[in-house]
Amino acid sequence: MSTDHHPDAHATPGERRYWLDDMRNVDKLVYGLYAICAVLLLIDIFVPKHGPFAIEHWFGFYGIYGFVACVALVLAARALRVILIRPEDYYDR
Amino acid sequence: MTGSLLSPGLILIIGAVMVPLLRGNLRSAYMLALPIAAFWHLLGLPYGEFGHLQVFGMELTTLRVDRLSTVFGYIFLIAAFLGLLYALHVKDTLQHVAALVYAGSAVGAVFAGDLITLFVYWEGTAIASVFLIWASRTERAFAAGMRYLVVQVGSGVLLLAGVALLYRDTGSIAFGQMGLVSLATWLIFLAFGIKCAFPFLHNWLQDSYPEATVSGTVILSAFTTKLAVYALARGFAGTEILVPIGAAMTAFPIFYAVIENDLRRVLAYSLNNQLGFMVVGIGIGTEMAVNGAVAHAFSHIIYKALLFMSMGAVLFRVGTIKGSELGGLYKSMPWTAGFCIVGAASISAFPLFSGFISKALIISAAMDNGYFWTWLVLLFASAGVFHHSGIKIPYFAFFAHDSGKRCAEAPANMLLAMAISAALCIGIGVYPHTLYSLLPFKVDFIPYTVEHVVTQLQLLFFSALAFTVLMRTGLYPPELRSVNLDFDWFYRRAGYDVAVAVGRGLQRLWDGFADLIGHAARGVVREVYRHHGPGGALARTWPTGEMAFWTTVLLAAYLLLSYLAF
Repeated sequence: MSTDHHPDAHATPGERRYWLDDMRNVDKLVYGLYAICAVLLLIDIFVPKHGPFAIEHWFGFYGIYGFVACVALVLAARALRVILIRPEDYYDR
Repeated sequence: MTGSLLSPGLILIIGAVMVPLLRGNLRSAYMLALPIAAFWHLLGLPYGEFGHLQVFGMELTTLRVDRLSTVFGYIFLIAAFLGLLYALHVKDTLQHVAALVYAGSAVGAVFAGDLITLFVYWEGTAIASVFLIWASRTERAFAAGMRYLVVQVGSGVLLLAGVALLYRDTGSIAFGQMGLVSLATWLIFLAFGIKCAFPFLHNWLQDSYPEATVSGTVILSAFTTKLAVYALARGFAGTEILVPIGAAMTAFPIFYAVIENDLRRVLAYSLNNQLGFMVVGIGIGTEMAVNGAVAHAFSHIIYKALLFMSMGAVLFRVGTIKGSELGGLYKSMPWTAGFCIVGAASISAFPLFSGFISKALIISAAMDNGYFWTWLVLLFASAGVFHHSGIKIPYFAFFAHDSGKRCAEAPANMLLAMAISAALCIGIGVYPHTLYSLLPFKVDFIPYTVEHVVTQLQLLFFSALAFTVLMRTGLYPPELRSVNLDFDWFYRRAGYDVAVAVGRGLQRLWDGFADLIGHAARGVVREVYRHHGPGGALARTWPTGEMAFWTTVLLAAYLLLSYLAF
């Protein structure tokens, strides 16, 4: 425990530096994610779909739906928080 | 009732009696042996109905073994073993005994062949489990435990009322397919619905589970709600209203999960969301859908316990579980982080993990039966659960911004419990047919088709993409020290304020009334005293005064009441 004077430091002096401590490596992961998404979207043409709903057969439906759903979820939750947020001790008062 | 045909739950409940007498390693070994012994016993039980008891002219069936009860028996005993292993380092007899009685009651309830036996075990789970919350020994936990107990016992009272009406109507207390046909079955449905955390009946879960002890939450997460899922599958499979109820359950808790700061409470919201998938499966009611609900309960119990274990380990080592205080813990707790990611992948239904092979059954059943909107909601909830449980939990605890917190890795028993759970998550995902072979109906479904795998990966990776984009653009709401209002506001705040206001009003009314009466009485007494008192003209020889007057009043009142009574 040598972090007392560096509570926010990414890597405390003398401590092992981790691969993820280097922001360039985090960028590599993000680019990797972009690449995987691109591949998954492209191979959609080759995937046979048997579901009963027409919408499912649209190009890239699952990917686009997942993306839109998550963005909508987070933005809605953000808006909701404005109404719902209370101090931590709200129920203790 | 012969010894060999004892309910497996009783092995845990009766076995718990010995726990306080044992110490150290002996106690540890004994506690772990109990679920193993019960499991062994269950393996040897034949299908059928046993343990008949005559009580007040009703025949109870204390042990019904069939495919549905057996698969829940297996998973409950596995969960009991894992939970106890995780709690071995805890030096608290109360928690050990409570955990065993609670798990034993849940197992007993699953094997109950009639509604009275179900009721007894149902209340057993309520009463035993509250001690896992109170064992935190804080004022908050005590209050949350009280609210939890009121709700749980309330569910039992509704169940009993329903059973009494059902017995009066039909003369039967059999626990089988009921459907919503009468007030009696509606009451029973509502009792199950409370324990299953239906929308608006759900808040006891998010309120109480995060207040329980580190190991208590792990054990709580396994039994109560999945007992309700079992009961719904037994009594209300194919009840159409369960489909919209379940769909609502999958969707609305995830909004809360996104903004909740207490990571164990995030998991409680996602538990609620996962129950929704099971409820939808039961509501659709086809063999495939019910199989899906049961399979999902099975996978869910393990991965949810695993996630609660990993967050419990963080709480145990760091002393807080608030997302706003954590981050970078993968450096201190790499094993815990790894196991957490396995749990996260399972709940997110990544191919080769348990959630994938069980949730696919429910979603496919929804598609096959033409539930278009339900299917869309389930997909939304699947993306959402990956977002908040799959990414948010491991990300904010173990990665994100390094909080600078350094601690030891979790204790060995916790790591072992997490390792076994993680192995089961992967094992079920890789060999789905082992689980499929245990399900109530024959399974004719192949989860690993190109279509299933690619579409699921598209959904998940694009959800991850959304998270990344929102994070990098700063749109993602930061973790804040806060509480968010939920339905419990109505009874914790509004209800409380109303109760206080009503109480004050009543007090004022009473004070006024008492003043008035006192004033009037004093006036009457003064008048009577003036005439009948020692100085009064009418009673110069009768000094007993006021006393005599009151005796007369009492006698008159008594006489009047006697007339009224007869």
